[in-house]
Amino acid sequence: MKILVPVKRVPDPTQKAKIKDGHIDLTGASWIVNTFDEYAVETALRLLENGADNKRVDGGEIIVVTLGPEDAAKELRTCLAMGADRAIHVVTTDAEIDSRIVVGVLASIIAAEKPDLVIMGKQAVDGDANQVGQMLAGKLGWPQATFAASIELAADKQSLLVGREVDGGVEYKRVPVPAVVTVDLRIVAPRAVKNGVTPETHNYSGEGARLPSLKGIMAAKKKPMATGKLADHGAEAKPAIRELSVTLPPPRPPGQLVPDVPTLVKKLADEAKAL
Amino acid sequence: MGNVLAFCEFQSGALRTSALANLTFARQAAKLHGGDVVILLAGPGAAAAAAAAARFAPKVVTVEDPGLEHYLAETYAPVVASVAKDQGATVVTATATAIGKDLMPRVAALLDAGMASDVSKIEAADTFVRPILAGNAYSTVQIGTPTIVVTPRQSEFEAAAELGTEGAVTSAPAGAVNALGAAFERLDAQKSDRPDLGDAKVVVSGGRGMKTGENFKVLEELADLLGAAMGASRAATDAGMVPADWQVGQTGKIVAPNLYFAVAISGAIQHLAGMKGSKTIVAINKNKDEPIFQVADYGLVADWEKAIPELITEIRKLKASR
Repeated sequence: MKILVPVKRVPDPTQKAKIKDGHIDLTGASWIVNTFDEYAVETALRLLENGADNKRVDGGEIIVVTLGPEDAAKELRTCLAMGADRAIHVVTTDAEIDSRIVVGVLASIIAAEKPDLVIMGKQAVDGDANQVGQMLAGKLGWPQATFAASIELAADKQSLLVGREVDGGVEYKRVPVPAVVTVDLRIVAPRAVKNGVTPETHNYSGEGARLPSLKGIMAAKKKPMATGKLADHGAEAKPAIRELSVTLPPPRPPGQLVPDVPTLVKKLADEAKAL
Repeated sequence: MGNVLAFCEFQSGALRTSALANLTFARQAAKLHGGDVVILLAGPGAAAAAAAAARFAPKVVTVEDPGLEHYLAETYAPVVASVAKDQGATVVTATATAIGKDLMPRVAALLDAGMASDVSKIEAADTFVRPILAGNAYSTVQIGTPTIVVTPRQSEFEAAAELGTEGAVTSAPAGAVNALGAAFERLDAQKSDRPDLGDAKVVVSGGRGMKTGENFKVLEELADLLGAAMGASRAATDAGMVPADWQVGQTGKIVAPNLYFAVAISGAIQHLAGMKGSKTIVAINKNKDEPIFQVADYGLVADWEKAIPELITEIRKLKASR
């Protein structure tokens, strides 16, 4: 099975947002692979391996792709170190692209690579837009399964049963391959990904995506990374969506500590008029 | 300039509360686009809900087809796109619910439209404000495509009121419905009499410090006393203490009730992203250094095991005295 995993590098979310000249100031920012995309790489690895010994089962290939500046190669290497097989780096900047352009580039790569599955995070934790997976599926005319909390690969590998986190519960949707799947937080739970090979009793750690091992990091240096630009995929740096400015929300007025429950209830009733 | 097509979810012959926020946004957009709001109801029961919908907009379009029996992005997106074109819509919108988020970017692809997700404000016909970085900043974006797709954030727009007039109702055919092999199998839902998290005026939310799912029962008692919805932090849902759809946060539900109780919740940025729009926030936690106290209007440093039963007693006293 060939799996394409688009990943985005994002500023480390534990850093405080700073504004300079009306836009986010990213000088000196430290970068990470978007958490959800890291989970997507983990999902792809779980689909293609026997979890008991982490050995790849069939041929299978995991390709990671990113649209980002030259430094974003570091995040691609992290994914290769986790176990992805090769990487595609489309060198560009956030100012040059928007979700439509990203979708166009991915569609062009998909036409060339013909993957069975595209798995990506449901949203990037900087933009929080939650668009690319669904837009890509619409453009390709492929089925989509978003907000995946569990995936079960059918025995014939021709479809997936995806448990999706929706308002009010978990919806189980079957999609044939090829399909676009976007993953949610709980996809890395111990038994969330079933591929018919990993023993039913096997529990992954549930702590998140695997950390690259030293062996993985060394191997990643030798794995192929193809570098190109937007024009190589028929795209232009002409985003239709422009960020005009960014502001910080007004701070909440400071709150107060209350000494006991009766005082809390009185203040909620009389001061806040919330009860 | 054109019309605004508002895809609205409905149930049992009425619009869902979440759709009423979409209509407030749609009306604002329609003014700026010099057009009308057109409500789209798709799927089983659409015709039955049309009369109720017609009290909210000058025009309602219903689409029913056996192929639309269960919501699927693959079958619903082409319907929204084709009705949008027929109705001359320059804005196509649905509230950012699980369905809205799954569906609308696919619609945007079919219309080759730019999209603004999870919007908190419309500033001009092509300019929208939306939260980024887990709500730690707000971005003003301008979209340059002829048609724009928008999902407004439910907590940022008041529920629209009826217009006092009856709009015109028409039906449209679904056309060729092709699920592309996708199929709905089942929904594992929690049956509950409590209000939806997104609609509730009061939310009682528990975190990792509750320790077990069984312990949430006392929070549920408080919630039922207040007519509140139940929420939880990611830690509590990940640990399987409570259902996943109770999660409030950047990647869970975004809520902005009048009153939010954060019990045994530390207050990580990602959780705050989901509830800091609440009017009044109460934090109850036995650790005074937890970040939740930075955002709370009222903080009580106490163990939930003692504090919540006492809170229930005191609120009962208050209600009895009124």
